Amino acid sequence: MTPVVSAKGIVKRYGHVTAIDHSDFELRPGEILAVIGDNGAGKSSIVKAICGATTPDEGEILIEGESVKFSSPIEARDMGIEIVYQNLALSPALSIADNMFTGRELRKPGFLGKFLRMLDKPAMEKFAREKLTELGLMTVQSIKQPVETLSGGQRQGVAVARAAAFATKFIIMDEPTAALGVKESRKVLELIKDVRARGIPIILISHNMPHVFEVADRIHIHRLGKRLCTIDPKDYTMSDAVAFMTGAKAPPPKDAA
Amino acid sequence: MTTKASYEQVIDQGDNQIAKFEPRHHTMLDRIQHILHNNPTFVPVIVLMISLLAFWIIAGGRFFSAFNLSLIMQQVSIIGMLAAAQSLIIITAGIDLSVAAIMILMSVIMGNLAVNMGVPSPLAIIVGFAGGLAAGAMNGLLITKIKLPPFITTLGTWSIFFALNLWLSGAQSIRSQDIDANAEFLKFFGNAFKIGGARITFGVILMIVIFVVLWYMLNKTAWGRHVYAIGDDMEAAEMSGIRTERTLISVYMLAGLVCAVAGWASIGRVGSISPQSFYEGNLQSITAVVIGGISLFGGRGSIMGALFGALIVGVFQSGLRMAGVDVLWQVFAIGWLIIIAVAIDQWIRRVSA
Repeated sequence: MTPVVSAKGIVKRYGHVTAIDHSDFELRPGEILAVIGDNGAGKSSIVKAICGATTPDEGEILIEGESVKFSSPIEARDMGIEIVYQNLALSPALSIADNMFTGRELRKPGFLGKFLRMLDKPAMEKFAREKLTELGLMTVQSIKQPVETLSGGQRQGVAVARAAAFATKFIIMDEPTAALGVKESRKVLELIKDVRARGIPIILISHNMPHVFEVADRIHIHRLGKRLCTIDPKDYTMSDAVAFMTGAKAPPPKDAA
Repeated sequence: MTTKASYEQVIDQGDNQIAKFEPRHHTMLDRIQHILHNNPTFVPVIVLMISLLAFWIIAGGRFFSAFNLSLIMQQVSIIGMLAAAQSLIIITAGIDLSVAAIMILMSVIMGNLAVNMGVPSPLAIIVGFAGGLAAGAMNGLLITKIKLPPFITTLGTWSIFFALNLWLSGAQSIRSQDIDANAEFLKFFGNAFKIGGARITFGVILMIVIFVVLWYMLNKTAWGRHVYAIGDDMEAAEMSGIRTERTLISVYMLAGLVCAVAGWASIGRVGSISPQSFYEGNLQSITAVVIGGISLFGGRGSIMGALFGALIVGVFQSGLRMAGVDVLWQVFAIGWLIIIAVAIDQWIRRVSA
C-alpha cells in the first residue's frame, strides 16, 4: 500500500541550528500515527515541513506517491491536508460557522455570488451544524454564536470538526488535549477515533503518554532531529517509549528507523 | 470506548447533569449590558437620539428643523467619508493617520490637472482615484512587507503626503471661480436638491452610499470576514488560511480610494481647493470611529457606528453653537464624548456571559 506521506532524508537548518537532521517520516492509510519526542527534538519541525509551514533544505516529501513542494500551508490545505493547531487558529469574535469556513467561504449561486460576491450564510450554517452533529458536538446553543462564548473543549471540537469536514488526505493535530480537563480530553480522544473510523489518517503530536498509547496505531519517536524508531504501542510500555525518547535505552533493531 | 485509563473509569458514573446554579437576579442594567454587547451599534444610535432630543429641548425648534438637520449632514459628510475609510483600517487593528492628507493631496491633484492644466475633469478625477489607491498601497506595503507598525507608517506618510500637497499646490488655493470656469464637474457633489425644508447635497448621498457599500463588503463577503478575522487575531487568521498580507494591502488601498473619493466630494463641499483645509481630518475621523463604538483593538464594531459617530459630533457642534456656547466648549464636549464612548465600550466588553 502506498503510504499517505513518505518523507526521506529531510534536513532543515535555521542558521547554525539543525532542526531536522536527515529524518524520515511515514504515515500509512487509515492509521493514527503519534509523534512523540523530547522538547526540542524537532517533532514540530518535521511536521511543519510536511504541511508546508516551512520548506525543508534537503530531502523529498511524497504524498500518496507524488512528490510535493509546498510553499505555504494554504497549498497543503488545497490538497486536502488539514491542521489543528495547538492554539486552534479560531477567530474569537466570529461565529462558529464563519470560523469553519474561514478562507473557503461558500458564495451564493448566480448573480449575487458571482458579481456581488455575497456569502451563502444559510448554506454555511447548515453545513457547520451537520458536521458538528456528526461528531456529537451540537451541545452549542447556536451555530451563529461567537467562538469566544464557547468552553475550551467546545472550541477544540470546532477546530477538529473543521479539519474533519475538509480533510481528504490526512489531519495533523498538535497537542489536541494539552489544554483540556479529563472529561473534555476523553471527548476529543473519541473524536479522533471517530475521524479515523471515517478512514482519514491522523498525525498526532502529543506529550501525553496515556493518550498516545490509547489511540495510536504506531508511534514515531523523534530524537535529536531525526526519527529514532517507529514502534507498535501494543509491543511496548509507556516507560519503554519514554526511555527511547530520552535516550535511556536503545531502540530494538527491528523497529529502528 | 476501548481502553480507558484506570483513573478515567469513574467518568461515566459521574454526575452528568449540567451545572445548575441559583438563577442570578438579572438587573435592568445587566440586561442592557447584554443587549449592547450583542448589538454594539445600539450605543451610538441611542446617544444620537438622546443628543438630538436634548438639543431640541435646549436650542429649540430652530435646531430640530429639517433645514438644520440636513445642514448637519452636509457638515459631517466629508469627515464621515474619512471615518468610513478609517473604520476599515481600525477593524484590522491598525490606524491610519494619513487619511486626510491623502484626501487633500488627491483634491489638489484633481484641481491642478483639471483647472490649471486643462485636463478633462473626468480624467483628472480618475488620476486622483489612482493616486488614492497608490497612496493606500504605499501604506499597506510598508506595513505588511517591511512590517512597520501602522501608527508609525502613517505618521510618516501623513507628513510625506502633506508636503507633496504643499509642493504641488505651491501652498496656494484654487479659487472657486476658477473651478467654475474650467472644471465645474469637480464640484459635482456640491449639487443639491430639496425635500421640504431639507437641502440634501449629492455629497451627503455619496457618504451614505459609501457606508452602505462598505457595510455590505464587510458583512456579506468573504473578504469582509477576513478583515474582521485579521483584526481579531492576526496569527489565527494566517493559520486558518487567510492570505493576511494581501487582504491588509487591499484594505489600505480601498481606504486610500475612499479618501480620494472624499477628496473629490470635498471640492463640492468647500467650493475651493485649499491645501490647508481639513488639517484636523485625521483625528476627527478617529474621533467618529471611536464614538461609533468600533474597538481600537480591532475585530469588533460595525462600520455603521462610524456614521453615527460622525453624526453625533455634528449634532453636538450644531446644538452647542445654536445654544450660544463658545467654540472652545464644543471642543471640550467632544473630548468628553470620546472618553465616555471608550468607557462605555469597556463596560460592555466586561459583560458576564
